[in-house]
Amino acid sequence: MLLDYSSSFHYVMALLPELVLSVWGMVVLIAGVSRRQASGSGQELGWLALAGLALAAVANGWLHSGVSEAGADAMIAVDRFRLFANWVFILGAALSIVISLEYVARQRLQAGEYYSLILFAVVGMMFMGSARDLMMIFLGLELMSIGIYALAGFNRGDRRSAEAGLKYFLLGAFASAFLLFGIALVYGAAGSTNINAVSTAVQDGTAVAGLMIPGVALLAIGFAFKVSAVPFHMWTPDVYEGAPTPVTAFMAASVKTAAFVAFLRVFLVGLGGLYADWFNILWWIAAVTMVAGNVIALVQSSVKRMLAYSSIAHGGYLLVAIVAANDTATSGLLFYLLVYTIMTIGAFAVVLTVGNQGEANARIEDYGGFGWRKPVLGAMMTVLLLSLAGFPGTAGFIAKYHLLLGAAESRLWWLIVILVLTTVVSYWYYLRVAWYMWMKEAPEGADSADPAITPFAIRIVLVASVALIILAGIFPDAALDLAEGSAESLRRIATEAGAAAGP
Amino acid sequence: MTDLLASILYEDWILHALIWLPLAGTVHVLLTSAERAKDVAFRWSALVFVLSLGLWWSYDPGDGGFAMVSSVPWIESWGVGYSLGIDGISVFMVLLTTFTSAIAILGSFEYVKTRRKAFYALMLLLEMGVVGFFLATDVFLFYVFFELTLVPMYFIVGIWGGQRRIYAAIKFFLYTAVGSLLMLVAILYVYFGSGAGSFGYDAFMDAGLNLREQLWLFAAFALAFGIKVPVFPLHTWLPDAHVEAPTPGSVILASVLLKMGTYGFLRFLLPFFPEASRHPVVVMVMLVLGVVGIIYAAWVAAVQPDAKKLVAYTSVAHMGFVVIGVFALTLNGLQGGMVVMISHGISTGALFLLLGMMYERRHSRLIEDFGGIGRVAPWFATAFVVTALASIGLPGTSGFVGEFLALLGAFETHMVVAAIAATGVVFAAYYMLPMVQRILFNELDRPENRTFADLSRREMAIMAPLVALMIWIGVSPTPFLERMEPSIEVVLERVEGARTGAAAEADAATNVAGPSPAFAPTAGRPPTDPSNSPARTTSSVGPPAPPLRAASSTLSSTLPSASDRRAMPATGHTRPREN
Repeated sequence: MLLDYSSSFHYVMALLPELVLSVWGMVVLIAGVSRRQASGSGQELGWLALAGLALAAVANGWLHSGVSEAGADAMIAVDRFRLFANWVFILGAALSIVISLEYVARQRLQAGEYYSLILFAVVGMMFMGSARDLMMIFLGLELMSIGIYALAGFNRGDRRSAEAGLKYFLLGAFASAFLLFGIALVYGAAGSTNINAVSTAVQDGTAVAGLMIPGVALLAIGFAFKVSAVPFHMWTPDVYEGAPTPVTAFMAASVKTAAFVAFLRVFLVGLGGLYADWFNILWWIAAVTMVAGNVIALVQSSVKRMLAYSSIAHGGYLLVAIVAANDTATSGLLFYLLVYTIMTIGAFAVVLTVGNQGEANARIEDYGGFGWRKPVLGAMMTVLLLSLAGFPGTAGFIAKYHLLLGAAESRLWWLIVILVLTTVVSYWYYLRVAWYMWMKEAPEGADSADPAITPFAIRIVLVASVALIILAGIFPDAALDLAEGSAESLRRIATEAGAAAGP
Repeated sequence: MTDLLASILYEDWILHALIWLPLAGTVHVLLTSAERAKDVAFRWSALVFVLSLGLWWSYDPGDGGFAMVSSVPWIESWGVGYSLGIDGISVFMVLLTTFTSAIAILGSFEYVKTRRKAFYALMLLLEMGVVGFFLATDVFLFYVFFELTLVPMYFIVGIWGGQRRIYAAIKFFLYTAVGSLLMLVAILYVYFGSGAGSFGYDAFMDAGLNLREQLWLFAAFALAFGIKVPVFPLHTWLPDAHVEAPTPGSVILASVLLKMGTYGFLRFLLPFFPEASRHPVVVMVMLVLGVVGIIYAAWVAAVQPDAKKLVAYTSVAHMGFVVIGVFALTLNGLQGGMVVMISHGISTGALFLLLGMMYERRHSRLIEDFGGIGRVAPWFATAFVVTALASIGLPGTSGFVGEFLALLGAFETHMVVAAIAATGVVFAAYYMLPMVQRILFNELDRPENRTFADLSRREMAIMAPLVALMIWIGVSPTPFLERMEPSIEVVLERVEGARTGAAAEADAATNVAGPSPAFAPTAGRPPTDPSNSPARTTSSVGPPAPPLRAASSTLSSTLPSASDRRAMPATGHTRPREN
């Protein structure tokens, strides 16, 4: 089916996954309200939300299989890039919901609101991935962020959770303001908020440089906040540590993915003509992010906080792909986000289980001897950690290697050297968890970190994520082809925009 | 034997089997009970070893190129292939690996009493990684296996090691990782430099790099392999890892993992960057590092109170001989380096096993805790003495052949370096013999040593093949030398080809391309006439070098040139270490 927007039906089709999820989010909310008085764990609402994600996946698959768009100027892109990002969002949200099931029940959180907020946040993410208009990106960002602000502070009884919610809200509002100001300036310079129009204006030379350059700088800062790049990362550790663990997993994986795909589309498609201007600033942000994220992670004593800093470091690696700005790097970024989503949520699932489906046993000492008491769980955590470290045999290696290939194609040798050396640094803190698990004994006197139970849902997530990580680490071809096709669809638009700009 | 092997299509499946059977063993060990784990693991490793023995007959040196080649596309969009092959260099490394893995597993029956399933599973996984490393002919695949060996070793040291095991394990891991990740950057550079879009071995050979690029890339590769070897200033992880590792871990580490570094020199470093490898400054730096390693390690070893640490330092010294042999860039030197690698793998592995047996009996590794063991444990003492003498390099043992050839090779081109390195042989006796004396022959003054049990039958079964190999290689090295010679010639010609190519470049002053593909080893022997090459005659210090090289090249086609060298051990009695 060809979408040419000749009838309003086409708009519905183009937005089908988003619409499905929006409606379903309300269904979950209403279902939650109507069961409020009844007893029960609320797990059925989680399964209801998962059903919504499954419907969204069907819609996305339909767009993937048989739909193309006429031209490339519509506000909403129906390209492979967006659809790939949607797959990652759906997967991330589904995994997050599954690991939340037991947590939400045990912590007595309001299940209806919880799950519907996740769905609404996913809608926001999808808009960020699909928007070809700066205003749409901003709307998507806000829709996502507001859901996440609430989720971060969802465990109201816990002071740290409340602190996380407030902190994230204040700094997120700052970031939004930067982004919005940047959008305003770019609009002033280019006369449009459409990314393709901005690109054309830049290439024609009709954009007002005096407005454009500050606008680009502000956009970069706004996105850097959202991807928690150094030096705009200050909120990340506290928020990640304080937020409920499943929410932290969701933030670390999906929120970062959404910010990166929007970042990439704006900077490569819209502002590709100003590459020379933003190259240096992003180069430095990427370098500093990799170094600081990895080095600070070394000294963390809480596993959750360590994973927060490690997610900052991963953001640094991903920024390298944006700096490289070529097809290989773009495909590498998509592949990395997919792999990163799986392995991060997998790792947090183990953290949750060690924490007894709560916030207990967060210190690294609590992992002492854990592997020998729960060998299967320990082995899976080890695989996930090795994958996060980018070790051969796991998908993390293939993904990191893909990023390196992209960077090498753009001859960013120094950035590559920084990336691999900081990777060595990261080995230390990932392996530290492994050595506590396998080479130390349980801490004396502390209540044992043995999980009372490993819920069935968590087992599913762990087995699935570990299997995917190993499978994609050994046979990555299928996923790589998908990512490459998605990256190329973005270039087609870029070149079309470039061709339109020609004389 | 060859017919039998051919009838079962041995060459078609053996390389794959050697990689994947240990993995199957790993799974089997994990599924079995803790009591049966050791037997299961030993059977799998023994099976792999027996299967690998066929390589001795079925590998035909031929022109020295890769044999039993197979290649399947793996990650097609990047040009990565699952490509395996074997040549005269890797065949020995593979045999050494399968042999020492089986021996080490057998040697851990008494030593490892806790968490046995995990231990034996990791040992087999390690074997898989190492064999894969030696068989890979795709650079990406090689890198994957290179890194893959780190994880099992990290856990073996970290879980079953001594007091400071975690420190030693993480140090081992991080040291190696720094080198290997920088090598990854270099690999990427060559990949894009070659423009072939392939990680195949040949594509990397034809990358057409200029000297400046080659020097940088050489540095990255040399760092990775130099840490692994370890070359002198990068060796500090080794004593820690060796001392803390459990006996089988030490055996594998010394016998096999260190060889990954020197094998990397021969397989990747020299052929990929021939012009950098023969650059006089590079050669001199590597030779000096080798010599310093020999002398320094010998001095440090001499004062160690801990026998295991002493042996660990001897590894550094032995590896110094390999480095000298390799960077002598002569046939003798390279062959000597190879033989030292094999010999060190056997003798040092055996020493670690013997020290492990001592530790199992007395729970001490301090030399001063022993004395007079020879009187109560004669078989133990016999094995210990033979092994120690092989480690020193007594004529008639494997160590002598290797060190002699390596020094001879170095003497042909760098007389002063060889002369200084030769003193390291004296020091070897200086540190090793007092240890032997204090453990085996002094007064039996400690009552607890009176009950020191002699070798059990299992321990006999471990030591007998090791001792037999030390003597076999020492007495009759020809079967080894003639199998490795063609492949070493290929490496040398690759480096020499760059040499004559560079000379021709200087003469013509027109050609700006890198080493021409005509000098790729697969293209056969290039028509190099040494007398035509000014660079060669001016750079060689040892006067007899060019004739020797030329003679051996021409001879090797008609009769095994190793045969004239077989007599050399018999005439080498002037060396000062026999007493």
